[in-house]
Amino acid sequence: MTAVDERTAEAAGPEVGKARRRKEDQRLITGRTRFTDNLSVSGMLHLGMVRSPVAHARITAVDTGAAKASPGVVAVLTGADLADKQGSLPCAWPITDDQKAPNHPAVAVDHVAFAGEVVAVVVARSAREARDAMELVDVDYEGLPVVLDLETAAAGAPYAHPELGTNVSATWVYDSAQAGTGTDVDEEIAKAREDGVVIERTFRQQRLIPAFMEPRSILVDPTGEQLTVWTSTQVPHFVRIFLALVLGIPESKIRVIAPDVGGGFGGKLQFTPEEVLTVLAARHTGKPCKYTETRSESLVSGHHGRDQLQRLTLAATKDGTVTGLKVDLLANMGAYLGLVTSGIPVLGAFMYNSIYKLAGYRFTDTNVFTNTTWTDAYRGAGRPEATFAIERLMDELAAELGRDPIELREQNWIKHEEFPFSTVAGLTYDSGNYEAATARAKELFGYDELRAEQKRRRDSGDPVQLGIGVSTFTEMCGLAPSRVLGALKYVGGGWEHASVRVLPTGKVEVVTGSSAHGQGHETAWSQIVADRLGVAFEDVEVLHGDTAISARGLDTYGSRSLTVGAMAVVKAADKVIEKARTIAAHLLEASADDLEFAGGRFTVKGTDKGMALGETAFAAFQGHNLPDGFEPSIDADATYDPVNFSFPHGTHLAAMEVDTETGAATLRKYVCVDDVGNVVNPLIVEGQVHGGLAQGIAQALFEEAVYDENGTLVSGSFVDYLVPSAADLPSFITDRTVSVSTTNDLGVKGVGEAGTIASTPAIVNGVLDAIRHLGVEDVVMPCAPQTVWRAIQAAFTKGGAA
Amino acid sequence: MTRISVKIDGVAYSDEVENRTLLVQYLREQVGKTGTVIGCDTTNCGACTVHLDGRSVKSCTMLAVQADGHEVTTIEGLAHDGVLHPMQAAFHESHALQCGFCTPGMIMSSIDLLNDNANPSETEIREGLEGNLCRCTGYQNIVRAVQLVAGASASTGASS
Repeated sequence: MTAVDERTAEAAGPEVGKARRRKEDQRLITGRTRFTDNLSVSGMLHLGMVRSPVAHARITAVDTGAAKASPGVVAVLTGADLADKQGSLPCAWPITDDQKAPNHPAVAVDHVAFAGEVVAVVVARSAREARDAMELVDVDYEGLPVVLDLETAAAGAPYAHPELGTNVSATWVYDSAQAGTGTDVDEEIAKAREDGVVIERTFRQQRLIPAFMEPRSILVDPTGEQLTVWTSTQVPHFVRIFLALVLGIPESKIRVIAPDVGGGFGGKLQFTPEEVLTVLAARHTGKPCKYTETRSESLVSGHHGRDQLQRLTLAATKDGTVTGLKVDLLANMGAYLGLVTSGIPVLGAFMYNSIYKLAGYRFTDTNVFTNTTWTDAYRGAGRPEATFAIERLMDELAAELGRDPIELREQNWIKHEEFPFSTVAGLTYDSGNYEAATARAKELFGYDELRAEQKRRRDSGDPVQLGIGVSTFTEMCGLAPSRVLGALKYVGGGWEHASVRVLPTGKVEVVTGSSAHGQGHETAWSQIVADRLGVAFEDVEVLHGDTAISARGLDTYGSRSLTVGAMAVVKAADKVIEKARTIAAHLLEASADDLEFAGGRFTVKGTDKGMALGETAFAAFQGHNLPDGFEPSIDADATYDPVNFSFPHGTHLAAMEVDTETGAATLRKYVCVDDVGNVVNPLIVEGQVHGGLAQGIAQALFEEAVYDENGTLVSGSFVDYLVPSAADLPSFITDRTVSVSTTNDLGVKGVGEAGTIASTPAIVNGVLDAIRHLGVEDVVMPCAPQTVWRAIQAAFTKGGAA
Repeated sequence: MTRISVKIDGVAYSDEVENRTLLVQYLREQVGKTGTVIGCDTTNCGACTVHLDGRSVKSCTMLAVQADGHEVTTIEGLAHDGVLHPMQAAFHESHALQCGFCTPGMIMSSIDLLNDNANPSETEIREGLEGNLCRCTGYQNIVRAVQLVAGASASTGASS
C-alpha cells in the first residue's frame, strides 16, 4: 500500500493504460491542503455579502450607518459606492446578434432581480465581525411583480427586467433542411401523421444545483506590484482576462491562482460577482481581503443548471425507423446571463439526434429570463438534456410499437461500419461501436433474465414491480475546435497550451493550461509524458492553475482536458525531442536522421553510441558545445487546437424496483459500458464514471432546486437540497469497449460527463418500464416516492374513468 | 471569552475563545488545523468530522468550549512518522477521492465506523457514512477503501 509496492507492481510496460495511484492524493489524505479558505495573508480583512431576501424589487434606500459603527468594521460598500467601478459581468456567448441581456452588476445598484443578489459588502477584521455587521445593513425594497414560470415568462409580462420590455433573451434555430444536413422535419412529421407514428411529449428538465463540496472562496492581495487573486475556480485564465476587461486593470498586473479546488462540475466555470467585489474591496482598503461563502449562500447565489422545458415531436415509420425530430425548447436563464448561460441549450442542439440516423431535424431554442438565480454550465451542459429527450422518446416509440427498446434503438443507430458518419445536426462522428458496447452491457446486466423476472412479477401482480431502463448515448467532448466556436459566436477559442521543460538534473516539468480540480491531471499527464520522453513517472512534475506559471490556458470543462489539454502536452513533448535530437546529433557527431529515440535515449542507428535526453538538457544548460546558432534550451511550448470534437458513447442499463403501493423507486442494479477511446488511467476513468453516474441518477431520483411563489429558494440548504449519500446509491457495474478516436494522436475521447449524460434517462425509463402497464405515461423528475405514487394514482383514476 | 485547554493531535493547547466559536472555527482559525474543512452550515456534509476522545463528531456542530478538557484528533494527526493510517492508505489505494474536499471528514468517519463494527457489510458501510457527502466519487471507491481496511484487519486478526 505504499509507493514502493506500487512501483514494484507497476514497474514494467508503458505508463499509459496503468492504474497508477494518484500523485495528488498524499496532500489530500493528510490534510496538507491549499483550498482557498485555508490561506491567510498578514493584515487580511474578511468580507460579508449582504444579499437580497426578495426576488424582484427596486432598492429605494440603503442605510449602512449602524453597520459601519459595528466593532471591527473597516468599510461597507454598496451599489451606489461601486456603480462606476464595477462594470458589468460578461456573457461570453451571445448566441444571436440581437440577444437581449440586462446589465449585470456585481452588487445591485437600484434593482434586484433574484433573491440572493448582493446588495452590500461588509469589510471587517474578522469573518464573524463582518457577519454581525451584515445584520445591521438596512435596505429598503419596493417590491416588483415576480416572474418565475418558464411558459408565463415566455408569454409576456411581468418582466424579470422591466427595462428590457420582454423576457425573451434570444431565439436560436438549427434546421437540417436549411443547413443542408437533412430533410425538412415538418415534411417528415406530416408523412408520419399520414402513414406512420408520431410521438409528441413535453419533458421538464428540473433545475439543479452543482453543489461542489468546497464552497467558493476568494482571497485578493493588492499589496505589491501585481494584484494576486486566489479563487476556487475551474477557470483561472478566464478570471484573469475578465478582471482586466471588466475592471480595466491591465491584464499583466493580475495574477490568478486556483490552488486546490474542491470540485466544480461546471459550477465553478464562472466569473463571479464575489470575485469582482473581493477585488474591489481589496483595492478600496489597500489590504488583502478574503470572502468565503457559506453553503446556504452557495446554493442561492452560485449558478444553477438545467431548467428547461422540452416540447418534442418524433416521427417514425410503422416499422420503427425514426425519420424526424422537432425540438422546441424553453430554457430558463434565470435573472442574468453568466459566462456561458445562453450557450448551454445550444450545446445540446447538436446532440438531440444522438446515435441515430434521422432524416429531418429542427431545434428551436428560446432563452427566457425569470427572477431566479441565473443558470449556466452543470456537468454535461445541454447534452444531458438532449440525451434525456431522445432516449425517453425512443422508449416511448418502443412502447407505442410494442418493441424491445434495445432492438428498436439498434434498428436506428449508426452501425460501426458506417463511421465516420455525418449527422443530421452537422457533426462528423469519427468512430464508435454501439453494437459492441450494448452487447457487453446486456451480458453484464443479465438483460434476458431480468426481462423474464419482470414478466413473472407482472403476471403475479407483485406490489413491487421491476422496470428495465435503457439509455444509449453519445456526447460531443473535447471543447472545442476554435473555428466552430467562432461560428457559434462564442467569444473565445477552444485550444489548449502546454510547456515541457527538461531541467538540468533530468527532471521534467510539465505546465498545462488545463486547470484541474479533482480530475487527476497530475497523475495522467505524468503517465503520458513518462512514455513520450522515456523518463520515470515519478520524475515528472505537473504544474497548473496559476497564471504566473501557466501563462496561457483555457482551463477545464466540457471533457476537454485529455482530448485537448493533454494533446498540447504531447505536442510540446514532441518538440522537446526534436530540439534534443539536434543537440544529440551534434555531440554524437552523427546526422540527426540517423538517430533513434526510444526509452529516453538517442542512439545512432547500427552503433552502440548514444545519449540520454537528460544529457542533452544538461548540455543545453551548460551551453558550452552546441550547434552554431542553436538556443541553449530544449524546452518547448505548444498550443493545440482540436480538429474535431470527440464522441464517446455507451450503453447504460438500470434495473428499477418500484413499490406501487408507496411510490418508492429503488435502483437495484446499474450496468454501464462506456467507450471513451484509449484510456490513460483506468482507475481515474472509472472514478469519473462513478461520480458522473451519481449526479445523473440524482437528477432522476433526488435533486431539485425549488422556488416558492415569491421567488424564494426553498431548497436553499443541504437539509432541503438532496445530494445523495452513500446510502442512497448502489455499487455500479462498469466496463469499457474501445473505439479509438481518429482525430487526436492519443486516440482519446473524454470521460468527465459521460456518466451524468447517460444515467438520467436510464433511471426514468426504468421507473416507467416498471409501471407503464398500470397506465402511467410519464413521471416528472425527480422521481421521488410521492411523485411516482401520484402518477400511479392518476393512472388508476384515469383507467377507472375510461 | 473563555479559556479552554484541548489536546489536539497530541499537542496541548490553551486558548481564549469567544463562547460562540465552533470547534471547527477554533481548529482552523486559532490552531491552524486547516486540514479540517467546512462544507456546509447545516451539519449535513460531514467534511469537518474529527475525533473527540476517539469518537467522530462534526466539528461544526459543537462549540469549542465543549471540547475543553478533551482530546481532538484531526486528519492531520492520523499519520505518524510518515506512515499513513491504514484508512488514509486505503483511500489512496482505492482511488476513494477526487477533489479531496470531503476526504478528511470521510476518513475520520470511516475510522469511527470500523471502530464500531470491525466487519461491516456493504450496506452497513453505506449507512454508516450517510452523514458524509461526496460529490465526486459516487461513493463506490470509498466503500471499497473501507472494505479494504476491514478485510486487512480481519485477515490479520487485528482489532482496529
